[in-house]
Amino acid sequence: MNLTRISGIIFRHLAVYRSNLARLNEILLWPFFELLLWGFFGQYVGRLSALGFVVAMLLGALLLWTVFSRVQQSISISFLMELWSRNMMNVFITPISIAEYLTGLMVVGLIKVAFVTLLMSTVAWLFYSVNLLAIGLPLVPLAAALILFAWAIGTFIVGIVLRFGQGAESIAWMFAFFLQPFGAVFFPLSIYPSWLQSILWWIPLPHIFEALRAVFAGQSLPLQHVAWAYGLNAVYLLAAFMFFGMMFEKAREKGFLLKLQE
Amino acid sequence: MPEPVIEVRDLRKVFAKTVAVDGISFSVQKGEILGFLGPNGAGKTTTIAMLLGLLTPTSGTISIFGKSMPKDRQHILQRVNFSSPYTNMPYGLPVMTNLKIFSRLYTIPNAAQKISALAETFGVAHLLKRRTMTLSSGETARVNLLKAFLNDPEILFLDEPTASLDPEAADTVRSLLLKLQKERGLTIFYTSHNMQEVERLSHRIIFLHRGKVIAEGTPESVRKQHGGSLEEFFIALARSETTPPAAHSGHEEAP
Ligand SMILES: Nc1ncnc2c1ncn2[C@@H]1O[C@H](COP(=O)(O)OP(=O)(O)O)[C@@H](O)[C@H]1O
Ligand SMILES: [Mg+2]
Repeated sequence: MNLTRISGIIFRHLAVYRSNLARLNEILLWPFFELLLWGFFGQYVGRLSALGFVVAMLLGALLLWTVFSRVQQSISISFLMELWSRNMMNVFITPISIAEYLTGLMVVGLIKVAFVTLLMSTVAWLFYSVNLLAIGLPLVPLAAALILFAWAIGTFIVGIVLRFGQGAESIAWMFAFFLQPFGAVFFPLSIYPSWLQSILWWIPLPHIFEALRAVFAGQSLPLQHVAWAYGLNAVYLLAAFMFFGMMFEKAREKGFLLKLQE
Repeated sequence: MPEPVIEVRDLRKVFAKTVAVDGISFSVQKGEILGFLGPNGAGKTTTIAMLLGLLTPTSGTISIFGKSMPKDRQHILQRVNFSSPYTNMPYGLPVMTNLKIFSRLYTIPNAAQKISALAETFGVAHLLKRRTMTLSSGETARVNLLKAFLNDPEILFLDEPTASLDPEAADTVRSLLLKLQKERGLTIFYTSHNMQEVERLSHRIIFLHRGKVIAEGTPESVRKQHGGSLEEFFIALARSETTPPAAHSGHEEAP
């Protein structure tokens, strides 16, 4: 692993925002409006049910969900951008390894999400007097677990794009939306029919959001959920890296790295 | 004593239905300009892609600087570079930013100085702040070449370097390449279907047709072998549809 090469990839994807401010919308405006929507909705529900913490809980869940979906999208979109700009060959005839390349994309996702977190917690505080970061320390392992899962999914999608070309582009945008209804993000897992529950426990998301709700309800961080989330993440990450490696080999065999240019 | 920097043995690439490269062997000497010629679909780009490790050969061996591709990919790629009008650098970014990015990917120390020195050489110093998408094709070609010199390559691979250029811009690129090649003792492996260009640039040519080497030598010697000009030879070849394709049955030629 060479840090200079990794920094090249990071620089490449952050420079896009410096030279095209409109692109900032993607990481600033969207989360902002989403937060507004859910904030008002939460206030309304809170009034109905006299549960004071509804806004905080909704916004906390939204923040963590945004962490996940932004990091995942960042990885997939960065890769697609390389295709759109016909830059693929140029990058992969440099000495960069695929591990270095992926690391670069993952770090880009981290940097973007740091901005998003800052923005969202500021807005939540200004508009709803909710201090999202007040959850404090438990937020760190939960957010980290989501980032790991986002890396896994992002890497997996990049593998799909490598294999199926730009036709698979929409998956990069949509995957998080598909996953959201099954992540127990805004409501407890017990809402789902029991057969579905037993499947969904094999995804890290419900564990993480159940843990978040427990913390909001004043309990201590449920370590069992955290352990499950990390254990599953390890499996998903390993599988995603292996899948990506295989797809890359396949791309080298089939000439996709050339074809993707046209 | 000539010293081969590229050695290719029995290289073959079969795609699902096409034999793109059909068992070719050749070597390239240090400091040589090799013109790799052939009609569309002959297998030129496929060969370059295998030499650069972008494509896995079906069989055969590639040795560059005595190292094996793809096994020693990283070592080899640090010492070579590539340019083609069919690839771009990110078009939304300023030229300078793109060049800095590639300097990092090649771990070039003092990149800023290197870039400005090369920008003088390629006559693009005034373009560094421009967005890549705003350049003309001649300017783009020179910037892409600049990128290809960032790591002081010992071998430069060029895929139809002048394909998208008007005659004047093409001539500028050729002159630059010849000058740099002489100064640096660079090895150049380039593909083209422009015969005049080939005659002007190449020390030696390899003629590829349907994935096979069908002629090899200095431009003069190939011309003598086949009587008539290289251009006539080329056209005759491209029209020789009677030769059966290398494998499988007919109608699988590239579009
Ligand atoms: N990725 C690919 N998948 C399938 N066939 C390919 C691929 N790349 C090239 N080919 C085929 O291989 C042959 C050689 O192509 P190419 O090397 O691009 O020719 P040239 O560069 O000499 O014009 C053509 O028939 C082409 O259609
Ligand atoms: Mg070609």
